[in-house]
Amino acid sequence: MGEFFHTLTDNSDIFVRAFKTTIELFLIGAIGALILGTLLGAMRVSPIPVLRAVGTTYVQLIRNTPLTLVFALLVFAVPKLGVNLDYFTSAYVALIAYTGAFVCEAVRSGINTVPAGQGEAARALGMTFNQVLGSIVLPQAFRAIVPPLMSIFIALMKNTTIAAGFSVLEAGALQPYLSERSQNQTYVLLWITLFFLLLIVPLIGLQRVLERRWKVAR
Amino acid sequence: MNLRKFAVVAAVATFALGLSACGKEGTPTPSGDSGQTGAATSDACTSSGTTFTPASSVTLTGSPTYDKIKAAKKVVVGVKFDQPNLGYKDASGKRCGFDIEMAQMIASKLGVDPANIEYKEIASANRETAIKGGEIDYYVGTYSITDKRKKDVSFAGPYFIAAQDLLVRKDESAITGSDTLKGKKVCSATGSTPIQRVRDQKLTEDSNIVEFKTYSECVSQLLDKKVDAVTTDDAILKGYAAQNQSQLKVVGKPFIDPKTGKPYPEKYGIGLAHDDKALRDFVNAALESAFSDGTWQKIYDGTLGKSGSPASPPALEKY
Repeated sequence: MGEFFHTLTDNSDIFVRAFKTTIELFLIGAIGALILGTLLGAMRVSPIPVLRAVGTTYVQLIRNTPLTLVFALLVFAVPKLGVNLDYFTSAYVALIAYTGAFVCEAVRSGINTVPAGQGEAARALGMTFNQVLGSIVLPQAFRAIVPPLMSIFIALMKNTTIAAGFSVLEAGALQPYLSERSQNQTYVLLWITLFFLLLIVPLIGLQRVLERRWKVAR
Repeated sequence: MNLRKFAVVAAVATFALGLSACGKEGTPTPSGDSGQTGAATSDACTSSGTTFTPASSVTLTGSPTYDKIKAAKKVVVGVKFDQPNLGYKDASGKRCGFDIEMAQMIASKLGVDPANIEYKEIASANRETAIKGGEIDYYVGTYSITDKRKKDVSFAGPYFIAAQDLLVRKDESAITGSDTLKGKKVCSATGSTPIQRVRDQKLTEDSNIVEFKTYSECVSQLLDKKVDAVTTDDAILKGYAAQNQSQLKVVGKPFIDPKTGKPYPEKYGIGLAHDDKALRDFVNAALESAFSDGTWQKIYDGTLGKSGSPASPPALEKY
């Protein structure tokens, strides 16, 4: 048992560092993906065919590409075109671009839960598209998509570990690091699992709070 | 119509987001020859040309591993497959390299034709398990002899002593050793001991440390000029330099341990079952004769030696 705790205390430097980066990747990734996903969702329900086509193509393309491949394209293929992103930027771009596609589909499904009469009534009152979407449809849509959105964010939290393969020192890099420091692998992996659990619990809590607060009788 | 206006705003915002993310570090470098760098590399395996004839009479008793080899008329060897000129498998499935030929030399001394070697690719983390479980008869693949590992397995050798070094582009003149790395991007395998040393001793800034899963990815970034140096054991680096002689070179100045004032020794040994002393003595004798009759030198010159850095056989540490 002592060795189990020593695995953490002897290597606290690297644990703190790695999980700090994981949290950074997650927070920026989540905010970016939420913005990108909402914009894409709006594009996919917009009345302009070109925008719908662009939104659909983007979502289908990215959603069907493995995240590792998105990373690899940014890190290995894009430099060949003469564009050099640093590794952190590449990680943010990859996570946002990828997760955004999933958020878009959740948002779109949320918009579809709002009865058409809501939008029609708003338009009858003389509201603009911005007002209809921003004040009437999206607030009701977000209410419906809290559970799927949280699932997407939990997946994003775990997806951040892919960045370790592309020169970002985060939780995914702990295992090779500590294996090299000849630490007991079982303990290392147990600690990583434990910390991820700790990071995900607040997300589940947030989901509960939001669901309760936004609950409405329909 | 305002619907259209909103949609346009949304589209513009989306693209702006995408572009701003790309533009952040987007200093386009003159593409130069970076596009075709990969093409110059030859992937095909070439051996050193050493021939190994299986020994006709082998006197080795008291070794359970050898009894197994003798009964099966083949030997199972754990190797690496992704280290050019060291332990490598090319696109056609042919294996070559310094470690592979060492494994063949030992097999021939055990009376097994190198054609009857069954290679198993064992990842570094699984080596002790594979040897302990009898999955492989012996392991040859940049396997450093350490006291901790000696508790689980035993080692014949060393057959090569590596030191931490740097691989740079051929035209590099600013990097001449570990003390010239400040401000340079240094790449190695994620979490590997060499990169932890660079980090802990602050040989370069944290933001300049680059880590990928494999050394090949680091070498690819080096050729693309995204990093300035790759660091790890010189044996591995020489293998890449030998594969890409026109573009890469090994600096040839080992990293020094500030505590002892000497290079960090990585003694590569042949991994064997822990209690098989008979086989360990036999393999040590086989290595000894390869050291003295020039076989070792011939293998080295035909593989890692192509990088331009010479080496000679190390002293055995029998136990």
